[in-house]
Amino acid sequence: MKELKISAIENGTVIDHVPAEKAFDVADILDLDGIENIISIATNLKSKKVGKKGIIKIGGKILSKEETDKIAIIVPTATINIIKNYRVISKAKVRLPERIEKIVKCFNPNCITNKENVVTKFMVIKENPLRLRCEYCERVMKRGDIRLI
Amino acid sequence: MDFKGRDIISIRDFKKDEILYVLRMAKGMEEKKLPELLKGKVLATLFFEPSTRTRLSFESAMSKLGGKVIGFADTSITSISKGESLSDTIRIVEGYSDAIVMRHPVEGAARLAAEAASIPIINGGDGSNQHPTQTFLDLYTILKTKKTLNNLHIGFLGDLKYGRTVHSLVDAMSHFNARMYFISPESLRMPEDLLEELKAKGIKFVEETDLLKVSGSLDVLYNTRIQKERFPDELEYKKVKGAYRLDKGFLSHIKPDLKILHPLPRVDELSPELDSTPNAVYFEQAKNGIPVREALLALVLGAVK
Ligand SMILES: [Zn+2]
Repeated sequence: MKELKISAIENGTVIDHVPAEKAFDVADILDLDGIENIISIATNLKSKKVGKKGIIKIGGKILSKEETDKIAIIVPTATINIIKNYRVISKAKVRLPERIEKIVKCFNPNCITNKENVVTKFMVIKENPLRLRCEYCERVMKRGDIRLI
Repeated sequence: MDFKGRDIISIRDFKKDEILYVLRMAKGMEEKKLPELLKGKVLATLFFEPSTRTRLSFESAMSKLGGKVIGFADTSITSISKGESLSDTIRIVEGYSDAIVMRHPVEGAARLAAEAASIPIINGGDGSNQHPTQTFLDLYTILKTKKTLNNLHIGFLGDLKYGRTVHSLVDAMSHFNARMYFISPESLRMPEDLLEELKAKGIKFVEETDLLKVSGSLDVLYNTRIQKERFPDELEYKKVKGAYRLDKGFLSHIKPDLKILHPLPRVDELSPELDSTPNAVYFEQAKNGIPVREALLALVLGAVK
């Protein structure tokens, strides 16, 4: 396994199959403050699936739903492995939920979510190509319109 | 079907059988006089931007059923405009009333209000998004004048990009196997995401800039106003305005039983020459707002089932 190029972790999460150029975007999404275990970010590794790929390993951390939802939006190819005692105990491709809450900003400047303090909600109306409908203003966003909060 | 306590926010929230149920109820309202039906009930009208016609139509509907109306025609004179959150305003006003009809310049405001309130919220227009009671009255008018909603060839004319009444009616008519014709200048075409949605639903449609190429196929023509502000230069605006003006001459390019609708107010796009023809149903359409709003009020207040 090529993954051995970066150090293995005892317990925690490995995010794999990230396109190389997105590795640091994924790291940005994650709430890594206060983690004292090993965090390693490797990129430009060879991969059959995504060309050059990145891998992010975070010791002692299980991702929150918000974090995995965000990853699903920006890197739909990613897989998330949960590690216990150096072994992968679960491995799953990220999946978009039917409904995305809190993490995406509506692109419509005249949407109530951009005028008042409102938690945003979007329906995933299509995954490929990605289409999100704001539950408030009902406008539909494409991938390029999406900004994470 | 139980509509008691339900919010009327977007036509998207209604399934086909629910739409038909509301329209049947509206027919009942038109046929019967029920001056006591909503006796003791209070409707608050909260208009964060003015719309005299919508407000009067709701007030008339409520009074015809024996209910009372309280409210502000213009919120700029109340404390509401002084930085109070919409949710707080709604929570206060719901203490005074049994239902609220609101109009607001910001898209999604009605949905947010509905989340804050425990009484029914009726959306009287939220920015460029939805105006569901208008859509119900448009549907009611089509049903009444064409005797069916099914399998119609319906043309949408004018500003299809920004026209919220068009977007909502398109969505509603997609339940009824309509064939749609979108007739507009290039710069005011239907939004891509709505066309994508129609494709996904298997609805057949065409986009056309020349009205006369498709007018002979239509059962219904939904005309809308083209606003001057939408055009970068005056010349282009005048050209478009002229091309889409409906007058007596247009009548030789249509099926005799074509019905012409318009959400009003009109400017130049509908010549008054048409008003007295059997094709023009736009004044009847405006009048249909009363039974439709009576039906919705009676339903959400639980006075009818
Ligand atoms: Zn929005």
